[in-house]
Amino acid sequence: MDIKPDKSIDIKGLVCPMTFVRSKLAIESIGSGAVLEIVLDYEEASRSVPRSMEEQGHKPLLVEKINDTDWRLLIRKGSG
Amino acid sequence: MEFSEDQIDRYSRHIILKEVGGEGQKKLLDAKVCVVGAGGLGCPVGYYLAAAGIGTLAMVDNDEVELSNLQRQIAHSTATIGVNKAESARKTFEALNPDCNVVTIKERLNKDNVLDIFREYDVIVDGTDNFPTRYLINDACVMLDKPLVSGAILRFEGQVTTIVPHEGHCYRCLFEEPPPPGLVPSCSEAGVLGVMAGTVGALQATEVLKLILGQGRLLTNQLVIYDALGMDFRKVKVPRNPDCPVCGKSPTITELTDYEQDYCSI
Repeated sequence: MDIKPDKSIDIKGLVCPMTFVRSKLAIESIGSGAVLEIVLDYEEASRSVPRSMEEQGHKPLLVEKINDTDWRLLIRKGSG
Repeated sequence: MEFSEDQIDRYSRHIILKEVGGEGQKKLLDAKVCVVGAGGLGCPVGYYLAAAGIGTLAMVDNDEVELSNLQRQIAHSTATIGVNKAESARKTFEALNPDCNVVTIKERLNKDNVLDIFREYDVIVDGTDNFPTRYLINDACVMLDKPLVSGAILRFEGQVTTIVPHEGHCYRCLFEEPPPPGLVPSCSEAGVLGVMAGTVGALQATEVLKLILGQGRLLTNQLVIYDALGMDFRKVKVPRNPDCPVCGKSPTITELTDYEQDYCSI
């Protein structure tokens, strides 16, 4: 997927719920429609972070496993 | 303002909430709340507001902690008997959360000091135990247009209401004048189940947080009545009185009054 993120965070080493806490603070710092890239290595968060983002009005665009340990997420910030 | 690492950790369960988030938490850290009375209600209200990260919290009380307070006034302890209540609460709240700057105001409110004290704050909390002070606080809040979260407890019953002057009802819309001394029993005559203070104080703290966050529906034009024996919460409508002597169209009360202070305290 060829989307250039507006902001990237690396939260490898963090577990839930701090994965979402950090992701949420990051998405609050960008404008509506902008895209946040999140790199993480906590498997459960690769499912829970996109789900929580969606519940709070943002749009998960991509969840991909990029190597043996890490995932990369792209989330577009909603208008709310 | 950027959060410190400790703040991100401390407020993580707030930041997760859609209705709070980092933005809401910053509002709480920037907020200034004045709690009148560091007694039964003021202790739990202040405790939860300090935990929530309210940046500036004033505790107004000129009394000292007594042994008979400790059955319900949870910010104090056996070790602070004899200490001013605002001061005793400050020690407890600052130990809980160093982000919270606790201002102690060791005065009894009266018509000459109340406006200057309240002017500095965004939200006022009434945790007092007597009608003269209740009416003084109400009138001062109406005159300054400050939101007021009011609570009361007696025996097994509690009441909570939120006054947003000129938008909803005020205390005088409900009862124009304080009752004569002696008509309504005080806690020292009638008793109070200690935990009532926690229940009602927690409801007041919730209203304060909603006010600051701009979330949810407030208890404006409403009174919650809690009956602990029946474990029953009722909401009663309290309409605004267009002819209210203080918040009505043509107010007749335009100056503050000190009613006689011969009411006993909780």
